[in-house]
Amino acid sequence: MRTTHDVAELADITKQMRREVIQMITEAGSGHPGGSLSSAEIMVTLFFDVMRHDPANPKWPDRDRFILSKGHCCPILYAVMAECGYCPKDQLNTLRKLGSVYQGHADLRFLPALEASTGSLGEGLSLGIGMALAARMDGRKSRSYVLMGDGEIQEGQVWEAAMFAGFNRLDNLVAIVDYNQIQLDGFVKDIMSLEPLPEKWRAFGWHVVEVYGHDIAALQNAFGEASSEKGKPTCIVAHTIKGKGVSFMEGNPKFHGVAPTREECAKALQELA
Amino acid sequence: MMPTNTKTKFELKLGAATREAFGKALVELGRSTPSVVVLDADLSKSTYTAGFAKEFPERFFECGIAEANMVAIGAGLASAGKIPFASSFSVFLLNKGFEQLRVTAAFPRVNLKVVGTHSGISIGEDGPSQMSIEDLSLASSLAGFTVISPADEVATFKLVKTAAEFVGPLFIRTGRAKAPVIYSADREFTIGKAIELVEGSDVTLIATGLLVAESIRAAEQLEADGISARVIDVHTVRPLDRDAIASAAKETGAIVVSEEHLVDGGLGVRVAQAVGETHPVPMEFVGIQNTYAESGTPDELLDKYGLRARDVAAAARRALARKR
Repeated sequence: MRTTHDVAELADITKQMRREVIQMITEAGSGHPGGSLSSAEIMVTLFFDVMRHDPANPKWPDRDRFILSKGHCCPILYAVMAECGYCPKDQLNTLRKLGSVYQGHADLRFLPALEASTGSLGEGLSLGIGMALAARMDGRKSRSYVLMGDGEIQEGQVWEAAMFAGFNRLDNLVAIVDYNQIQLDGFVKDIMSLEPLPEKWRAFGWHVVEVYGHDIAALQNAFGEASSEKGKPTCIVAHTIKGKGVSFMEGNPKFHGVAPTREECAKALQELA
Repeated sequence: MMPTNTKTKFELKLGAATREAFGKALVELGRSTPSVVVLDADLSKSTYTAGFAKEFPERFFECGIAEANMVAIGAGLASAGKIPFASSFSVFLLNKGFEQLRVTAAFPRVNLKVVGTHSGISIGEDGPSQMSIEDLSLASSLAGFTVISPADEVATFKLVKTAAEFVGPLFIRTGRAKAPVIYSADREFTIGKAIELVEGSDVTLIATGLLVAESIRAAEQLEADGISARVIDVHTVRPLDRDAIASAAKETGAIVVSEEHLVDGGLGVRVAQAVGETHPVPMEFVGIQNTYAESGTPDELLDKYGLRARDVAAAARRALARKR
């Protein structure tokens, strides 16, 4: 498996992952492109640079854990995991088809290398806490990374979990909020504003880093800062663009949960060439 | 089915509450099994997890009043190789944590144990907001969950210990009130195997939890009238011991199912399904009828809501009258 600190190389991988996401979702005819594209740099930076994991030994007890709490954005996770070697690349286009390991939402019954089955929003942070607690009890270096959507954190359970992790000083836990400002029904600010978001996490006892979520170097620094933070969990508020990388998807609520047509797919792939 | 414990007279002396036996078993598990961890939601003195918390503070996680979060943290701990027991009042655990039980435990088949206390209406004065009368139904609707409802302190102690060795998501229902002792300390329990407590040939009284003792008393009342009633303790509500139920239907020709639970969706309907699929016979159901209870002493409530031996015996007579 490739690992690299090199920003240009990580950017290349990211572009390739975006292409695969577009192809997979087009082939499936349904799915959620917007949030997969907005979190592409976050996922690539984690899997190819930051996290300690081994595709040859997926259940290595000391591995870092990644939980895709916003389970509907599984296409980007599948693309990244396939690129790492956890699962077959040549089956990515079976996304959402009967019997595919690439289920419509992350399902570890079909893809055991996943850390969790997700799809019901608001649950991943609690799962990450459980894994972080187990690592702390056992004295393992393992860290838990939980990626959440911005709309997702309207769920009350997220704040139960935030309170728990802050109070229990879980410094081996990192939450990332993919703050792309769009949820299914429209703009987050119109549906249920999250602001002031960094202040909310700080008030719950978290260390907060704000970054532009498409700046790989900034993400590397943020994850580094999280690792050296002692006594507090870290929340990375990643300001992102929904549908990033495809002009007609960027900032367009339509592409939260609608697959591109074949024509749109061809156009998107040209832009991502 | 387990061997019959026939001709034993049951004293049915009041013993410990099943929640207390749960707490005792947890402490023993703490000593024997380092991977056992316990979570509670600010009720550890009432659920009796406090004993474990005191002896193993580094393996006890106080989650505050946040049951949904507690369930999913438990699932995360289980995914990382621990054997977590998450406990609260059954009504909060199952109702507030249900979706988390479904998605983080049932559907990925995670090795999480959830133990609800204060089930049924015998909790008494606290009233219906604290009374879990639908937990068997909810737990049984989680695909892949094993559902256990012990009748006394011995059954609870043994089954909690068995649960720790069992791999897979599992729910145990316990109560607040002191429960009559049915079993001798040397009785062994197997998940999924019902226990025939009293032999009988005219009618079978199937029960779970607190209603097992009431059914034994009902069998004694019926015996005085020359009616031979079999009594079966279904301590495992799922998977159901279909063989024991089919034999009872075939050999006695009438069945009463009793539980401290809504008649909708509880043990009764599950037994009826098994009877319907194997050997249909007249059936009657003793349980809470489409309502919520109220404050009162446990005894007053069991009387008022029809969960006594006399109610079980009356149901048995109705079932017998329908027998061809």
